[in-house]
Amino acid sequence: MSELLNNILFLPEAASTFAERIDSLHHFVVGTTMVMSTAVGLAALFFFFRYRRRLPAQATEYIVPTLKTEFLFVSVPLVFFLAWFGIGFRDFTWVTTPPKDSMDVYVMGKQWMWKFSYPEGPNGVNVLHVPANRPVRLLITSRDVLHSFYVPAFRIKMDALPGRYTQIWFEATKPGTYQVLCTEYCGLSHSKMLAEVVVLPQEEYENWIQEQRRGRLQDRQDALADNSLVPPVARMVEQGQVLAGTQGCLKCHSVDGSQHIGPTFLGMYDRVEKLDDGQTIRVDEAYITQSMMDPGAHLVAGYQNVMPTYQGKLQGPETAAIVEYIKSLRTPNVREGASEGPAYDAIQ
Amino acid sequence: MTPSSSIAAPGATPAPEEHHDHHPNYLVDGTTIKSWLLTVDHKRIGLMFLFWVLLFFLVGGIFALLIRVELLTPGPTIMDAMTYNRTFTLHGLVMIFLFMIPAIPAVFGNFMLPLMLGAKDVAFPRLNLLSLYIYLAGAVLALWGMLNGGLDTGWTFYTPYSAHTTTTVAPVLFGAFIIGFSSIVTGINFIVTCHTMRAPGITWFKMPLFVWAIYATSCIQVLATPVIGLLLVLVTVENLFGFGMFDPARGGDPVLFQHLFWFYSHPAVYIMVLPSFGVMSEVVATYSRKNIFGYRAVAYSSLGIAFVGFFAWGHHMFVSGQSTFAGGLFGVLTMIVGVFTAIKVFNWVGTVYKGAVEFKTPFAYFCGFLFFTVFGGMTGIALGTVSLDVAWHDTYFVVAHFHFIMVGATIMAFLAALHYWFPKMFGRTYHEGWGLVAAALIILGFNATFIPQFLLGNNGMPRRYYEYPERFQSLNVASTAGATLLAFGFIIIAMYLTYALIYGKASGKNPWRSKGYEWLSESPPPTHNFVGPQPEFPEEPHFYVDPKKAEVPDAV
Repeated sequence: MSELLNNILFLPEAASTFAERIDSLHHFVVGTTMVMSTAVGLAALFFFFRYRRRLPAQATEYIVPTLKTEFLFVSVPLVFFLAWFGIGFRDFTWVTTPPKDSMDVYVMGKQWMWKFSYPEGPNGVNVLHVPANRPVRLLITSRDVLHSFYVPAFRIKMDALPGRYTQIWFEATKPGTYQVLCTEYCGLSHSKMLAEVVVLPQEEYENWIQEQRRGRLQDRQDALADNSLVPPVARMVEQGQVLAGTQGCLKCHSVDGSQHIGPTFLGMYDRVEKLDDGQTIRVDEAYITQSMMDPGAHLVAGYQNVMPTYQGKLQGPETAAIVEYIKSLRTPNVREGASEGPAYDAIQ
Repeated sequence: MTPSSSIAAPGATPAPEEHHDHHPNYLVDGTTIKSWLLTVDHKRIGLMFLFWVLLFFLVGGIFALLIRVELLTPGPTIMDAMTYNRTFTLHGLVMIFLFMIPAIPAVFGNFMLPLMLGAKDVAFPRLNLLSLYIYLAGAVLALWGMLNGGLDTGWTFYTPYSAHTTTTVAPVLFGAFIIGFSSIVTGINFIVTCHTMRAPGITWFKMPLFVWAIYATSCIQVLATPVIGLLLVLVTVENLFGFGMFDPARGGDPVLFQHLFWFYSHPAVYIMVLPSFGVMSEVVATYSRKNIFGYRAVAYSSLGIAFVGFFAWGHHMFVSGQSTFAGGLFGVLTMIVGVFTAIKVFNWVGTVYKGAVEFKTPFAYFCGFLFFTVFGGMTGIALGTVSLDVAWHDTYFVVAHFHFIMVGATIMAFLAALHYWFPKMFGRTYHEGWGLVAAALIILGFNATFIPQFLLGNNGMPRRYYEYPERFQSLNVASTAGATLLAFGFIIIAMYLTYALIYGKASGKNPWRSKGYEWLSESPPPTHNFVGPQPEFPEEPHFYVDPKKAEVPDAV
């Protein structure tokens, strides 16, 4: 029955304890609404037919409702509305009050990605791993503008605000992968700000987090070890390539010379770019670094100032790795001219 | 006093078909362009408003169709992301500030209010003309800003995005700020008119319900509009000079913006929908030849909605980080607004009881209106249950909900008013058959557009998405198909009404045999509405009792 209703209502799969509560209230509200409005509608249709006009200037009786009728008009809807509200508010209090034993995850939204971090590590971008059947409290904030963290399968949503934390909690019931959508309009790539929640069975989750933490430790030991035998530049280029993907650079900058929201990385290094204030600049390490930290400082002509700053989001070595990656994208057989404007036409 | 209230044309020739040789109707009393542009006649001002709101409705409608076409495919279809973001922003702005807020009060309110009160004009005719030009000045500034860059913030201008975006925010916000004054001026004018210009016999509880609705609307306009005016100025200076009012890095608060914004914009929903309720009270009484069932209940519920509507704004912010307690409070208050609306619905249906229904075009719109009000209202109540809003907030469910209640109800009432009062305004009749066909198309098209959007919201599609996951495509295609149907309906209306305007048969004074007060004057009315001595109104409006059996009713 409720399966059928869910299909009629196009509800997505329900994968959290809160989703079950929401869906049952949803069914109750839709059910009573349909019954009552059908009754009102049928009454109206009956009246339209029964009391159709028979004479052009027909006279009618003067009818006013009794106090009892008016009382019914007020009390019947009020009782239903308050009943729905009672259930709804109970559930709302429940979802905004995390249980004491819940596990914390910090969520940070920024244009246009989600960052997740666990108090003991690790950190991740756009993929949140959580164990099934365990309450998880999300502490949500934003780096720049408003965002909203929405998981349709869990029926939860909470805004991400700059300068403060909001919280919401959930308990996933089924292992699987669920989409995260941003539901507060946040600019150009709002609709691309997608992430996913991976719900793992408790044991697999333990293994996963152990591995992640071990991996971090490994990295740290690698850093201490002597790795002079590895050619450093090549490693940095690879690292930069990975970073350009995870940090979202490639959402706006292409690497094959095609036009997009930002200038292409291909052949960018050492190119002479025309700026929007009419000056020209030779793209060097300093300019690339500055553009990451303060994107609006020197804007290439024809592009919008839409890139978020990476100040504080990238470590020194990471910035250097991305610069190295961009430097590596130089081939003698691509055009070396200045960028030719963005992929979209600005409205004039 | 000259026979014409238009300043420029004292010596206009009367129309040949005019019965009262010395009192030409307002349409031909002065035929120069100047006599229209500088008129202080409330009827001519109403018509000029009609022209402009229809034009802006067309502009907003084109934006709507562009959005629907773009959403046909999951990826880019006809425009890029930046253009799309600007398009939905402009769709919202044009439709709300330039069409829906002035639509019924400034057009039909202006035209009908003095006629319904037995007055020669509104209380401040010159202020009335000023309100038109303020509106146009604001519209020109906003349009200029839209053409010179356009803004991409959404019509809600949420900070901090609106303070940071590189698009042209300032002129558009300032345009909306100016339009606000037009709204305030009109509101004051109507309030004073209701208080001071009622003809002998028209007591407060004998005012037509349309007047009650306009009165309640005017109170909201006067009280709420200054808040959005202040807010728009704050955002403009924040955007231009970086005041830091809404910037947490400088001690500001982005959520403060939302509180101020919805403190106006929630009552603004009632600015749009209360006049529709008023129109429908007139239409249902006329076409079922009955006094309104529960007249006082309907009148008081308008005031109740206007009052409680001021305290429900926080239901737009259940997941914005506001406290759980505040969420509960705003939720309960929302339910009370719902109860007031339910009272009206029951009383409209009750009006038909033992009436004499004639199923004409305006009555068809009344049926559509009942449908949209019930389902738009009930989905609003569902959103007000707080917990369901957690799932639905900022999804297409909300988009469909407010299009049902705010747009559906307003469009139904606007079209019903246009058809019902077409003979009153122009003295001509339109083709009834085409009227019914267009009404059916529009009601069907509206449902076909927005029912899929309710389901999209259930399915989890967020609003303002340029691209979307593929699982949402089939419902989006269905919605676009519905929007096409809707557009056809409007094209048909534009054609047969334009035809009727030029070639329509003369309608006579009162083609619907209505006993609404506005039908006591000629159609179209002479410049000063009533000829001869001050008209009196012994009976209440819409009193259809057989004169032989009529006794003065003791309960109203």
